[in-house]
Amino acid sequence: MENIINITVVDREGKEHKLEAPTDMNMNMMELCKSYELPVAGTCGGMAMCASCQMYVLTDHVPIQRNYDEQAMLDEAWNVEDNSRLGCQINLTNELEGLKVQLAPHVEEESEDDW
Amino acid sequence: MIETDIIIIGAGPVGLFTVFEAGLLKLHCHLIDALPQPGGQCSEIYPKKPIYDIPGIPEILAGDLVKDLLKQIEPFKPGFTLGDPAIDIEETADNQFIVTTKEGIKHKAPNIAIAGGLGVFIPRKPPVPELKQFEGKGVEYIIKDPEDYRGKNVVISGGGDSALDWAIFLAEGVAKKVTLIHRSQSFRAHPDSVQKAMDMAESGKIKMLLDAEVKSIGGNEKLSDIHITTKADGPVTLNADNWLPLFGLTPKLGPIANWGLLIEKNAIKVDNSTDYSTNRDGIYAIGDVNTYPGKLKLILCGFHEATLMVQSAFKRIYPDKKNVLKYTTVSGVNGFE
Repeated sequence: MENIINITVVDREGKEHKLEAPTDMNMNMMELCKSYELPVAGTCGGMAMCASCQMYVLTDHVPIQRNYDEQAMLDEAWNVEDNSRLGCQINLTNELEGLKVQLAPHVEEESEDDW
Repeated sequence: MIETDIIIIGAGPVGLFTVFEAGLLKLHCHLIDALPQPGGQCSEIYPKKPIYDIPGIPEILAGDLVKDLLKQIEPFKPGFTLGDPAIDIEETADNQFIVTTKEGIKHKAPNIAIAGGLGVFIPRKPPVPELKQFEGKGVEYIIKDPEDYRGKNVVISGGGDSALDWAIFLAEGVAKKVTLIHRSQSFRAHPDSVQKAMDMAESGKIKMLLDAEVKSIGGNEKLSDIHITTKADGPVTLNADNWLPLFGLTPKLGPIANWGLLIEKNAIKVDNSTDYSTNRDGIYAIGDVNTYPGKLKLILCGFHEATLMVQSAFKRIYPDKKNVLKYTTVSGVNGFE
């Protein structure tokens, strides 16, 4: 189909999800995951300010090019690897056909003592 | 006891605008927020980001929107309990609610509007295994009184404004020694602060360890050792009285989940066909904190929800009083004395 690419997302339990992703809707990987109800919080709405959509890029046809804000956020995030990206900063384009990513572990930060 | 007509939990843009719409109906409001300043996410997360979808305002910075909302609601003299999260809601025999904050401040009203956004902002904690053991025993996420660190050997982690500003402040004659640890070579803080911290590192006032990360901490009873790894030198152990991991704040639904409200996907279920009421009579939820079929988490939708919600709150307080919609172009804004 035109303007639809195939993307695989591995969730935190190791299960693979095959997603069809539109490339003409100005969407990013965080939004795509949310639209399929995968457990990606996207707390900051896509401003590269929370790292809740961190994912590891498993395929090598996507260049790992972090932008400035994304790099700065990842500098303060946890479980960061060389192939870490923020999903909200990966815009869906036709070049991403076949992309495979894995969701980074969820870090439990809250406890009853915090409020 | 603070008494009002509507207790608004959450002083973000939607909570603030609720004061205006309630004020037009002569209802008084009091806002409670965990953050020390009003504005919610707009102030805390993205004050310098532009918003383009406020009707009639082509572009406005989130921080400026908050400033304008505060100006807009000024005539209605809202009360504020800030820097203190709402923890508990109890119902009284006379059909009112008492909302108690963490600090124990009590607020009483016949209606509650929860405009809690994504929840309570809490510190982001690094995944260091021994963290919990040393919380309050050397590890702090929020600096309440800088005097607590006078003469101390303080280690700060983080690369944002909070980490840099506190490192600078404490290194200027408060702490005995300040070490700043950051995992990168660059900072996402205000350039002036970065320059100042760099200058202080140069002159020896701040010890700066870049490309470094805290891996574990230790001590007897109180924190004394911080084990870090650095790209250049491998593992290093520092002695410290305090470790301040300052990685900003993250929102969590928190106490809202304990108020007997129907929660779906981390949000409060409301009746969007009428008045955004929750399953508890007299408690409403508006803005990003609520959910209903077709919900959109937009400030402008929250404004609409607030406007309808206060009409319902009015009817709960004055079931027999006549009320008609007033246009501000006709009536103006008649504030409270």
